[in-house]
Amino acid sequence: MLQAPVLIAVSLLYLGLLFAVAWWGDRRADRGRSLIDSPTIYALSMAVYCTTWTFYGSVGRAAVSGIGFLPVYLGPTLVMALGWFILLKMIRIVKANRITSIADFISSRYGKSHLLGGLVTIIAVVGIVPYIALQLKAVSSTVGLLLSYPEIVMPHRSPTMSVAADISFYIALILAAFTIVFGTRHLDATERHEGMVAAIALESSVKLVAFIAVGVFVTYGMYGGFGDIFEHLATHPELQRLATAIPSGQGYTGWFSLIVLSALAVLFLPRQFQVAVVENVNESHLRRAAWLFPLYLLLINVFVLPIALGGLMHFSGQGVDADTFVLTLPMSQRQEGLALLVFIGGLSAGTGMVIVETIALSTMVCNDLVMPLLLRQRRLALAESKDLSGLLLSIRRGAIVVILLLGYCYFRLAGEAYALVAIGLISFAAVAQFAPAIIGGMYWRGGTRGGALAGLLAGFIVWGYTLLLPSFAKSGWLPNDFLTQGLFGIDLLRPQQLFGLSGIDEISHCLFWSFLANIGAYVGVSLLRPPMVAEATQATVFVDALQESGPIGAVLWRGRAKVSDLQELVGRFLGPARAEVAFAGYARRHGGRQGDKLEADARLVQFAESLLAGAIGSASARVMVASVAKEEPLSIEEVMHILDEASQLRTYSRELERKSRELTAATLELREANERLQELDRVKDDIMSSVTHELRTPLTSIRAFSELLRDDPKMHLPDRERFLGLIVSETERLTRLINQTLDLAKIESGRADWNACELDLKEVIEQSVAATSQLFREKEAHVDLDLPDNLPLIMGDRDRLIQVMLNLLSNAAKFLPPGSGRVRVMLRLLADGLQVSVTDNGPGIRPQDQELIFEKFRQVGDTMTAKPSGTGLGLPISRRIVEYLGGRLWVESVPGEGATFLFTLPFAPQRELAVGQQEPAA
Amino acid sequence: MNKKILIADDEQNIVISIEFLLRREGFEVLVAGDGEEALAKVRGERPDLVLLDVMMPKMNGFDVCQALRSDPDLAGTRILMLTAKGRDTEVSKGLGLGADGYMTKPFSTKELLAEVRKLLGM
Repeated sequence: MLQAPVLIAVSLLYLGLLFAVAWWGDRRADRGRSLIDSPTIYALSMAVYCTTWTFYGSVGRAAVSGIGFLPVYLGPTLVMALGWFILLKMIRIVKANRITSIADFISSRYGKSHLLGGLVTIIAVVGIVPYIALQLKAVSSTVGLLLSYPEIVMPHRSPTMSVAADISFYIALILAAFTIVFGTRHLDATERHEGMVAAIALESSVKLVAFIAVGVFVTYGMYGGFGDIFEHLATHPELQRLATAIPSGQGYTGWFSLIVLSALAVLFLPRQFQVAVVENVNESHLRRAAWLFPLYLLLINVFVLPIALGGLMHFSGQGVDADTFVLTLPMSQRQEGLALLVFIGGLSAGTGMVIVETIALSTMVCNDLVMPLLLRQRRLALAESKDLSGLLLSIRRGAIVVILLLGYCYFRLAGEAYALVAIGLISFAAVAQFAPAIIGGMYWRGGTRGGALAGLLAGFIVWGYTLLLPSFAKSGWLPNDFLTQGLFGIDLLRPQQLFGLSGIDEISHCLFWSFLANIGAYVGVSLLRPPMVAEATQATVFVDALQESGPIGAVLWRGRAKVSDLQELVGRFLGPARAEVAFAGYARRHGGRQGDKLEADARLVQFAESLLAGAIGSASARVMVASVAKEEPLSIEEVMHILDEASQLRTYSRELERKSRELTAATLELREANERLQELDRVKDDIMSSVTHELRTPLTSIRAFSELLRDDPKMHLPDRERFLGLIVSETERLTRLINQTLDLAKIESGRADWNACELDLKEVIEQSVAATSQLFREKEAHVDLDLPDNLPLIMGDRDRLIQVMLNLLSNAAKFLPPGSGRVRVMLRLLADGLQVSVTDNGPGIRPQDQELIFEKFRQVGDTMTAKPSGTGLGLPISRRIVEYLGGRLWVESVPGEGATFLFTLPFAPQRELAVGQQEPAA
Repeated sequence: MNKKILIADDEQNIVISIEFLLRREGFEVLVAGDGEEALAKVRGERPDLVLLDVMMPKMNGFDVCQALRSDPDLAGTRILMLTAKGRDTEVSKGLGLGADGYMTKPFSTKELLAEVRKLLGM
C-alpha cells in the first residue's frame, strides 16, 4: 500500500482536494458569501504556524531536551492571550490602508518608503527561504522513508544525485504550480485569498488529526497509556532526564528567549501576517482565535513527549532519527494506513507553510522590490502600456517559482547540514527584527524612516553575523576559525561570544545583541530629527488606528486629477474591467455620479491610490498616482493644520470633555474666588459699617447736646454743665476711636513702628498699674500684684507692651463690681518665656463670646449698665501686638466668676525685631 | 392727654439727650436699654410711639419692629427707627418690616421733633 504510485496518487488526490476547496472558497467569495467568515476557520488558518518543524521536529527536540520543545508554543499562546490588541491594531491599520504585506506595512508607516519596503523584503526572503527548504526536506525524506517500507532505513541523500532524479525537485515544482493557482488567480485591491485560507484551515485540521492519531496509537496502542510510558522509563535511566521539568543545561535564559522569539514570530512571520492580519475577514474573529489557536497548539503538543519517549525506548540503539518517530513508529507496527495518514499530515504541514509563505513573499517581492525598480527604470514604457495587470501577475508568478527554486537550491546545498536543521529558530530571529519598527511604529509617533532603516539594517547585520554566518561555519562552508577566533582573529568579534558575552545559548546571544543594535538604532536615529510631513501623516494614521473615524489620508492631499486619468491608471494595473467595476462601485457608494465629474476630489484620489496599493504596494501606488495627479505640495504647516483639523474630529469629544472639565473646574474656582471676594467685601463692609456706627454714635450725642444747649440759652446751669461734660467725653471717645483705628490699620498693614529692646516685664507691669490706679480707685477696687524679681529680660517694644497692659487693666476695671472689685496681676516664668495674667472678679465672659471679644468692634455687654465704654478695638490691637512679639493672648473665664486675660512672650522672638525698624521713619 | 414715647437705645448719652428733648416738649418718656426690655415696655405701657435703635443687645431693632408688627393689639403703635447705620438697605429693611419712619444718626433735634409730631398726627 505504500508503493511509489500509491503515494504519488494519494498526494495528488489530496492536493486536488485542497484545490477544490480553494476554488470553492474563491467562488463563494466572488459571490459575496464568504466561506471563511468564521472564527474557527480563522483560528485554524493561524495554525499554519505549525509546519513540519512542529509535525516531525517537536518529537525530535523532545527526544533531546524533554519539554524543551514547549517555549516555541508558549510564546504564541501568550501573544494570543495577552497581546491580541497588537494584532487588532495591525488588522485595523491593514484594512484602513489596504496594506498587503509586512513589507508594505513598514514601508507605509514610514512615509511609504520604497527603500524600507525593499529592505524588509530582502530580510524576509533571506530569513525565510531556508525555512522553505526545511519543508521540502521534510516532505522528501518522508517520501524516502515510506518508499523503503517495510524496512526502516534512514534516507540518505547522495550529493551527486541529479536534479532530474530528485523527488524533492518535483515536489517544489508541484508546490509552485499549486501556489500560483492558489495565490495569483487575479489581482485584488485587498490582496486576499479566501480560497487559500479555506484550504489552509483544512490542512490544519488534517495535520492535527494525523498527529493525534499517532499519539493515541503510540500511547494507548503500543503502550498502556501515559502512566505506562513513564513506568517503562524506569528501565531506561539514560532517558529519565527528559521527564524532568527543565533539563539542566537549557537554562531559563534560553526559555525566555525562545518564548520572546516565538511570540514575535507568530506576529511577524510573513505567513502569519498573511493569515492573521491580511486575510482576516472580521476582526471579531480574533476573540475566538485568542483561545482556539492556543488550544490547537496545546492539542498538537499533548502527545509529543509520549511519542518521543516511546520512540526512544522502542528504537533504542537502532539509530532511528527521532525526527522521524511520528512516521517510523506506525511503520514499525505495520500500520500502513496510519503511516499514510501521517504522511498526509506532514504534507499538509509542509505545503501549508510553503504556500502561504510563498504567496506572502511573492507579494512583497513584486510590490516592494520589483515594481519600484521597474517604475524607476522604465516609467515611460510602463506608462505607455495599456494593461499592466498581466505583467503584475507574471511578476508574482515568477517570484513564486524563483522563491521555491531558491528554497530547493538551499535544500540541495545544505542537505543534512546544521544550517538547515537549525533554520527554524534562525528564521524566527530574522523576522523578530521587524518588531521594533512595527511595534514602535504603531505606538510611537516619533519613529522616522531613517530610524526604521537604521534599526532594521543594524538588527539584520547583527543577526547575520551572530546566527546565520555561524550556522554556515558549523556546516563547514566557512572556516571554523571564524567561530573560534572571531573575524580577522579578533577575539572580541567571535560571533557567538560577541564582545565577550558568553554563558548563554546562541539564540539568546543573538536576540540580545541584535535587539540592542536594532532598538538602539531605531530610537537613536529617529530622535535625530523630527518626523517629516509624510512620516507624521502616516504616524497619525497608524498610531491612532484604533480610534473611530474615517481615514485622514485623503484630507492630506491637495491637487487636481481627472477621474478618467485615475480610472485608466488603475485599469493598467488591475485590468480595465476591474477598474470600471471598482470606480462604478465607488460612485454608487458615494451617491453622486463620480464618473461624470471631470475633477476627482481628494477622497477619490485616495480610493484610486488604495486600489493600486493592493496591487503594487503603497509606495509605488503613491508614485503612480502622483504621475497623473497634479499634486500641490503641502507645507509642513499646512499638513499640521490639516492634521489638527482631522484629528479634531477624532479627538473632538475627548477634547470637549477635557475642556468642559476645565471649564467646570474654572467655574468652581471662579465661584470660590468670588465667594472669597464677597466674603472679604462683606467683612470690609462690616468693618466700614462698624466704624461708621462707632463714629456716628458719639456724634449723635454731641450734636443732640449741642443743639439742646444752643436752642435753650436759659437751660439750668447743672444741666448745662452736665451736657457740656458729656460732649467733651464723647469727643474724647471719638478721638480715641480714630487713633485706635489708625493704630490697628498700621499694625495690620505692617507699617507700625516697633522699637525693640531688652526690657524687664515686671517694670512694664508696674508702670501700667500705676497709670491705671485712678480707675481702680474710682471703683474702690483692690489690685494685687504677684511679680517675682529677677526674671529674665525679654525682647519687646516697651510702649506697645504698656499699651497692652493698659488695655487689659482698663478692661478689667470696666467690669469690676462697684465696691468689691478685686484685680490680680501675676507674672510667671515659663520654659521658653514669660506669662502675664490679669484676673478680675467681674461677671465673666460666656464661652461663646470668648473669641468674639478679640474681633474688631465686638463688644459684649448684657445690660445698659454693663455696656462697655471702650471702642471695641482695645483687645484686637492687644492681641496683634502680642502676636507680633511672638506670643499669644487669650481669655479664660467662667461666667459669674470673673475673667482672666493671659498673654505669653517668648525670650527669643520668632521674628527678628529688626534693628532697622528702630530707626524712626524719616 | 400727653402722648407717651418709648426710647429704646443702648447708648446712654443718646438716651439722655433725647429724653431731655422730649420731656421739654411735654411728652411722657419711657426708656429701654435693650430689645427685650423695649418689647416688654411696649406691651406693658402701650406707648404711642417707639424710637427704636437698631444695634441693641439681646434683640436688635429690626426684630423688635417685626415682633410689634405681628401683634394686632399693637397695630396703633407708631415706630420710628433710629440707626447709626445709614445704608439704603437698612432703611428699606426697616420700612419693609413695618416701621413708620426712619432717621439716621446723627440727626438734627428739630427734624427729630418734626418727625415725632408727624407720626403722632400732631
